[in-house]
Amino acid sequence: MNPSVNGSRKHHAQHTVVAIVEDKPGVLMRVASLFRRRGFNIESLTVGHSEAPGLSRMTIVVDGASAPVEQVEKQLYKLIDVVKVTDLSQEEMVARELVLLKVRCNNVNRHELLEIANVFRADVVDMATNSLILQVVGDEDKIDGLVKMCEPYGIRELSRTGRIAMVRGAKTTTVHEPEPEKIAKFHATQGRRVEGELPFSSD
Amino acid sequence: MARLTGAQMVLESLQREGVDTIFGYPGGVVLPLYDTLPQYPNIRHVLVRHEQGAAHMADGYARASGKMGVCLGTSGPGATNLVTGICTSWMDSTPVFALTGNVTRSLLGKDGFQEADITGITHSITKHNYLVMRPEEIPLSIREAAHICQTGRPGPVLVDIPKDVFQEEAEFDWPEQINLRGYKPTTEGHAGMIRRAAELINQATRPIIIAGHGVIWGDAHNELVELAEKADIPVITTFLGIGAFPESHDLSYGWLGMHGMFYANMAADHADLVIAIGMRFDDRAMGRFKDFNPGVKIVHIDIDPAEIGKNFPTAVPIVGNAKNVLPRLSDLTTEAEHQDWRGWIDQVREEHPSLHIRESRRMLPQYVVRTLYEETNGDATIVTGVGQHQMWAGQHYFYKRPRQLVTSGGLGTMGFELPAAIGAQIALPDAETWAICGDGGFQMTLQEMAVLVDENLPVKIAVFNNGYLGMIRQWQQLFYDKNLVSTAMTQPDFCKLADAYGIRAIRVETKAEVAPAIREAREHKGPILIDFQIDQEENVWPMVPAGAALSETIEAPAEELAR
Ligand SMILES: Cc1cc2nc3c(=O)[nH]c(=O)nc-3n(C[C@H](O)[C@H](O)[C@H](O)COP(=O)(O)OP(=O)(O)OC[C@H]3O[C@@H](n4cnc5c(N)ncnc54)[C@H](O)[C@@H]3O)c2cc1C
Ligand SMILES: Cc1ncc(C[n+]2csc(CCOP(=O)(O)OP(=O)(O)O)c2C)c(N)n1
Ligand SMILES: [Mg+2]
Repeated sequence: MNPSVNGSRKHHAQHTVVAIVEDKPGVLMRVASLFRRRGFNIESLTVGHSEAPGLSRMTIVVDGASAPVEQVEKQLYKLIDVVKVTDLSQEEMVARELVLLKVRCNNVNRHELLEIANVFRADVVDMATNSLILQVVGDEDKIDGLVKMCEPYGIRELSRTGRIAMVRGAKTTTVHEPEPEKIAKFHATQGRRVEGELPFSSD
Repeated sequence: MARLTGAQMVLESLQREGVDTIFGYPGGVVLPLYDTLPQYPNIRHVLVRHEQGAAHMADGYARASGKMGVCLGTSGPGATNLVTGICTSWMDSTPVFALTGNVTRSLLGKDGFQEADITGITHSITKHNYLVMRPEEIPLSIREAAHICQTGRPGPVLVDIPKDVFQEEAEFDWPEQINLRGYKPTTEGHAGMIRRAAELINQATRPIIIAGHGVIWGDAHNELVELAEKADIPVITTFLGIGAFPESHDLSYGWLGMHGMFYANMAADHADLVIAIGMRFDDRAMGRFKDFNPGVKIVHIDIDPAEIGKNFPTAVPIVGNAKNVLPRLSDLTTEAEHQDWRGWIDQVREEHPSLHIRESRRMLPQYVVRTLYEETNGDATIVTGVGQHQMWAGQHYFYKRPRQLVTSGGLGTMGFELPAAIGAQIALPDAETWAICGDGGFQMTLQEMAVLVDENLPVKIAVFNNGYLGMIRQWQQLFYDKNLVSTAMTQPDFCKLADAYGIRAIRVETKAEVAPAIREAREHKGPILIDFQIDQEENVWPMVPAGAALSETIEAPAEELAR
């Protein structure tokens, strides 16, 4: 069974690393390829916009047993598109994950399931005659707990976003280094597809 | 600002980056660029015979001169043929700029004719790469790429440009500045760490310096001599560090590793302090990590923080350019003498000389290298392939200056020798350049002899013809119970091959002919090939067997010495 479902994850061996990266085509591949090549195991990786235009934020949960986190950080830094790396495991952090869970149910047991959802503060976001979708936000323990409780009913589908995290308090892990306008403009389109009709030629 | 085509922008930008030579090969998608080349007469285009040759030439050019080397290939097979060469410079951190064409933008991603995702393919073997989708992005892409290529820890970059981007016009706007938030190499070295390193040096009784390739790239050889002399520290180098410290110096004790000198390995293994400068603790240099000199303290100076602590725990890490760190370190070290320690190494060297060449009627390869050393007064630039001949070239020629030995270490790319020698000769037209070739490796890129003729380059080719993939034969003999499988080779007549290309050739079958042939080659103005039919069975010694520790270095067995 997938260890992330039965709740037996080894929390102690994980590192939560946040990388602030240039929002450019290929950056995800560069990071993923680095992890594969160096043999660093990724437990989860999420990426999305950050508060700064042109910069994305990646949260990578690394299996600490597969690599010293220091090497992970240093190797990440070597990628030109990676601007800043922080190991949040060293900090007091808030870590969250969102999960959608499609659970089998019927008229008899639906009520019980709704009770469980309630205890875990999960939202019911869809309901059909023989299934419902629960949405829950929380840390992995809470999510693992909910998943475990739902298992007897039959989990039809499970989708987890992977962890996102932030340091508690006023401290941040962001980058305050806007680029000169011209360079920002260049970096904004660099490597991106051009829209519209393009010439055709076969060589 | 002028309106230029993408092709003009590429050449204009490269010219502004100081590029004077491109090693390349044409194809459909780079035709607009070739069409434009005559407009830039200051850029010399060298037409290679295989794109791998172009990449190795750019690499040889870079290693011999310290300047960025540029290679060019068309889309698809042209680009993929560059890959071996790019990876060769990636492993040895040399500044090579690869330029490729790609299919026109409307076909990108649609498996267009001769489309290869070369940026994807080279992600893991370049410092960075660019796919340029608009002509106006060319100048800054090239500027950034060239900057990344040559600064910090040098390394290859690749810029991929679709055909129609070469053709489209736009304003040429040369960026006065660049700004890379994610790329700021640390070059200065932390003052506190330098102080701690100096303290360790001042306390050490058996210090040793291991100087690597980074000393050469940091142009820090003089600074290294200064530190070594002031604190009286014996110096050994890695294989790629050869030339970082003059081998004629009293404090020089050769190089360490799998085929390093016995006394260098013992010195590294008995030191109480290793000062590692611009070297990355490669397994071929260090032997079995866990049994390397237990208890030794390591000071590691390297421009790449990721190298520090990667293979060995470090007592004092110093991230910075050796050029900047070494003088500051010298300032803080006290003058010292390490007579006992040097005496100990001298004694080991006396008992285990490693570089002694035995009397023999056979044409020993070591003898050929040593004769070459003597005949050239130790001044030639030596470029090698990979294998036994490479090790002998490293052992039996004595190097006095950085960049004098050009060789593929990390990737160990056979076929590097001839094209890299061509690049080195073009970079330094007045330097006497010898390509020491394996008879196996030579056949991987020998078509580049045509370039010698095209460009009228006086490269001297010395083929070490042992009829074997010698290094592999040695392993089969030593570790696979003499089961020689697929390592003997029926060789072509190398002299006839040279002749076919219009290159003079000499065959050397006996020891007595070695020196005269070398003299003849040196007197000859143009390129020349010498087919040295060396002893076939000779092995490289000393040797740290695969997986063994430096302390387990083996010397030539008696029965081999009796041959
Ligand atoms: C058949 C064969 C046998 C071999 N046998 C041996 C052997 O016996 N012994 C041996 O040593 N090697 C041997 N090699 C080569 C070996 O594989 C490695 O290539 C070599 O040891 C690497 O040397 P290096 O660490 O000095 O150079 P590199 O791998 O080029 O590393 C250079 C280091 O310097 C750093 N650097 C770069 N610029 C600077 C700067 N300005 N300031 C500070 N640091 C800088 C870089 O970050 C990097 O860490 C062999 C190779 C082959 C093919
Ligand atoms: C491209 C490539 N293929 C295979 C090897 C493995 N290899 C290392 S040394 C060697 C033998 C080289 O033979 P030769 O060029 O004749 O040199 P010699 O060892 O005989 O001096 C081989 C096959 C390699 N290093 N590079
Ligand atoms: Mg051979």
